[in-house]
Amino acid sequence: MALLSAKGLNMSFGGLKALKDVSFSVEPGTIKALIGPNGAGKTTLFNLISGYLKPNSGVIVFDGRQIQGLPPHRIASYGIARTFQHIRLFPGMTVLENVMLGLHTHTRSGFLSSMLRLPRTRNEERFVREEAMQVLKMMGIEDLADREATRLAYGQQRIVEIARALAQKPKLLLLDEPAAGLNIRETRQMGILIHQIRQSGVTVFIVEHDMSLVMEISDEVMVLSYGEKIAEDHPLAIQKNEEVIKVYLGEEDAQN
Amino acid sequence: MKGERIKIGLLCLLLVLIDLITTSVARTYYLTQLTMSLYYTLVVLGLVLLMGYAGQISLGHAGFFAIGGYTTAVLSTYNLLKYKDSAVVKVSSELGLLTLRENLYGEQILSFHPWIGVLLSLVIAATVAYLIGIPVLKLKGHYLAMATLGFGIIVYRIVLGTPIFGEADGVSDVPPFVILPGLSISGQMDERRANYYIASLLVVVVVYLMTNLINSRVGRALRAIHGAEDAAESAGVDTAEYKLKVFVMSAVIAALAGAFLTHFNGGIGPSEASVMKSVRYVAIVAAGGMASIWGGLTMAMLLNFLSLRGYFGQYDDAVFGAVLILIMLFAPEGLLRVNPAGLLKNIFKRS
Ligand SMILES: Nc1ncnc2c1ncn2[C@@H]1O[C@H](COP(=O)(O)OP(=O)(O)OP(=O)(O)O)[C@@H](O)[C@H]1O
Ligand SMILES: [Mg+2]
Repeated sequence: MALLSAKGLNMSFGGLKALKDVSFSVEPGTIKALIGPNGAGKTTLFNLISGYLKPNSGVIVFDGRQIQGLPPHRIASYGIARTFQHIRLFPGMTVLENVMLGLHTHTRSGFLSSMLRLPRTRNEERFVREEAMQVLKMMGIEDLADREATRLAYGQQRIVEIARALAQKPKLLLLDEPAAGLNIRETRQMGILIHQIRQSGVTVFIVEHDMSLVMEISDEVMVLSYGEKIAEDHPLAIQKNEEVIKVYLGEEDAQN
Repeated sequence: MKGERIKIGLLCLLLVLIDLITTSVARTYYLTQLTMSLYYTLVVLGLVLLMGYAGQISLGHAGFFAIGGYTTAVLSTYNLLKYKDSAVVKVSSELGLLTLRENLYGEQILSFHPWIGVLLSLVIAATVAYLIGIPVLKLKGHYLAMATLGFGIIVYRIVLGTPIFGEADGVSDVPPFVILPGLSISGQMDERRANYYIASLLVVVVVYLMTNLINSRVGRALRAIHGAEDAAESAGVDTAEYKLKVFVMSAVIAALAGAFLTHFNGGIGPSEASVMKSVRYVAIVAAGGMASIWGGLTMAMLLNFLSLRGYFGQYDDAVFGAVLILIMLFAPEGLLRVNPAGLLKNIFKRS
C-alpha cells in the first residue's frame, strides 16, 4: 500500500489555479521526485501535504489516515517532516536546540512540569539532548552543535534543517529544493545524504531543479506544469518523455 | 542552568542587602517604593516571557493588572450587609468566605475575604485572557499590537465609567490581605519590611520558574514560535495552543501583581489601567533586551523605582515614551546589550 496518496487535488489562489486535479502516490521506502518549471505548483503541493494549505477539493491519505485540511502540527505528529524552499531555522537558537525542537512530538513535558523541573522533565531533557546529538553526529555536524544556526554558511544551514526534520523520526520526509544554492560538491554530498536517509527507512519526496541529482537518486519522477500532472514515470522514461521535453525546452535543464 | 542558579542566589542576596542598607541608614520608607517596584517587575517578567521569548506583543497588560487589582478591591470592600438575608450571602457566610470589619468611619462592613478576592482576580484574569487570546493571537505584529491595545482601552474605559469601580476615584479602603495570622499584605508601617520580603519572594519564585521554563521543551517551542512560526508548526508544535497558554500565564502574573499591590496600597485607581501603563511595561521590556529575564528585571526595578521616587517629575509618562523611541532607534536588542563604541558608530553613520 502507498505511504502517501492523493486524489483529485485542486487548489486555487483567487483566479489562479495552482493545482488542477492532481493525483499520485508515493510508495514506502522510495525516493520520489517532483519537478516542473517555476510556478508549476510544486511548493503548493507540499503545502497541501504538510497542512499549511487546505485543498479546495481532493483527498490526501497518509499511512491510512485522511490528512487534508488538518493543522500542520497534527500532520507532523503522524510522521511527516519537511524542509522549506527558503530555509526556516530558528534565530537565536543553537544548532543543537534547533534539532532538539525536532523531538517535540516525541516528548511530553508541559508548562507546569517544565517550570518545576520535575525529575521526569529532567530525564526527558537529557534524552532529547542525546538524541539530537546523535542526529548531528550522523550528519557529521556535531562540531557545530553550539553555534547559532542562522549564522552558519548556507550549505550548513540546509543540513541543519534536514537534521531537525530527521529528529522528528518521520516516515515521510518532504524536501523542497534541498540543493538550491549549493555548489557542485555540496550537491553531490546532498545526493549521498538523501540516499542514506532512504537507506535508514525514511521515504523521501523531493522537489528539485537540479536534473542530474533528480535522475541519479529518484526511483520515480512526477512532473507538474501549470498545476497539471503531465507525467509520472521512472527517471529514464521521464528523460525521453516528449511532453516533458517540450515543457523544459528552452530551459537550461532541458539539455540533460 | 547552573549559571542561572547562581544568579538567582545573587538576586536573593542583593534583595536582602538592599533591605539591610535602607534599614541601617534609616531610609525604610524606600522599602515602600521598592515593594511597589517589585510588583511592577512581576508584570514586566510575564511580559518578557510573552514578548521577548514567544514574540507576541501585548499593549494591553495594564488591563490584566487592573482586572486583578479591581476584582479583589471590589470584592473585599463591597458591603454585603444590606443583602445579608439573601441566599448567596448566607451560603458564602456559612462557607467562611466573608469577613466582618469596621472601616475608618466605624461602619460595619461585611465583605469577601481577600483570599477570595485574590483567587477570583486570578481566575477572572485567566478567563478573560483565554477568551481574548483565542481570536487575537491569530494576529501578528502590528495587528496584534493594535488588538491588545484595543483591549486595554476597553478595560480602562470600563473602570473609569462604572460606579462600582469608583469611576475616576477608583476603589479605596481596601483592607489588608491577611495571608497567615500575623502576615499580611498591607501598607502599614510595621509591616513594611515583611511586605518587602513577600514581594521579593514572589519575584524570585517567578524568576526561578521562568528560567526553568525557558530552558525546557516548552521554552524551546516558545522561542521557535518567535523565530519561525511555520517551521515550529511543521516540527509538531501546536503554536496556537502555546501562544494562548503563555498569554494566559503572563496575564495571570500581571493580575497577581495587580491584586497584591492593591492590598499593599490600600486601593487602586484607573490610571493603573491606562494605555500609558501598558506602554510603560513594553518600554521596560524593550529596555531590558526583550528576551532577557535579567535585563527586564533590572530595568523594571530601576525605572519603576526612579519613577515612584518622582525623579521624572511631570514628565513621568513622557520619559517612558522617550525610552521606547530611543531603544527602538539605537538599541533594538535592549539597553543592556549595547556596546558603547558600536552605538557611537551607529549614530555617526545615521547622521
Ligand atoms: N499563498 C499564495 N497566494 C497566492 N498565490 C500563490 C500562493 N502560493 C503560490 N501561489 C502561486 O501559485 C503558483 C504555484 O506556486 P508554487 O510556489 O507552488 O510554485 P513552485 O512550483 O514551487 O515554483 P518554484 O519552482 O518557483 O518554487 C504560482 O503562480 C504562485 O505565484
Ligand atoms: Mg517552490
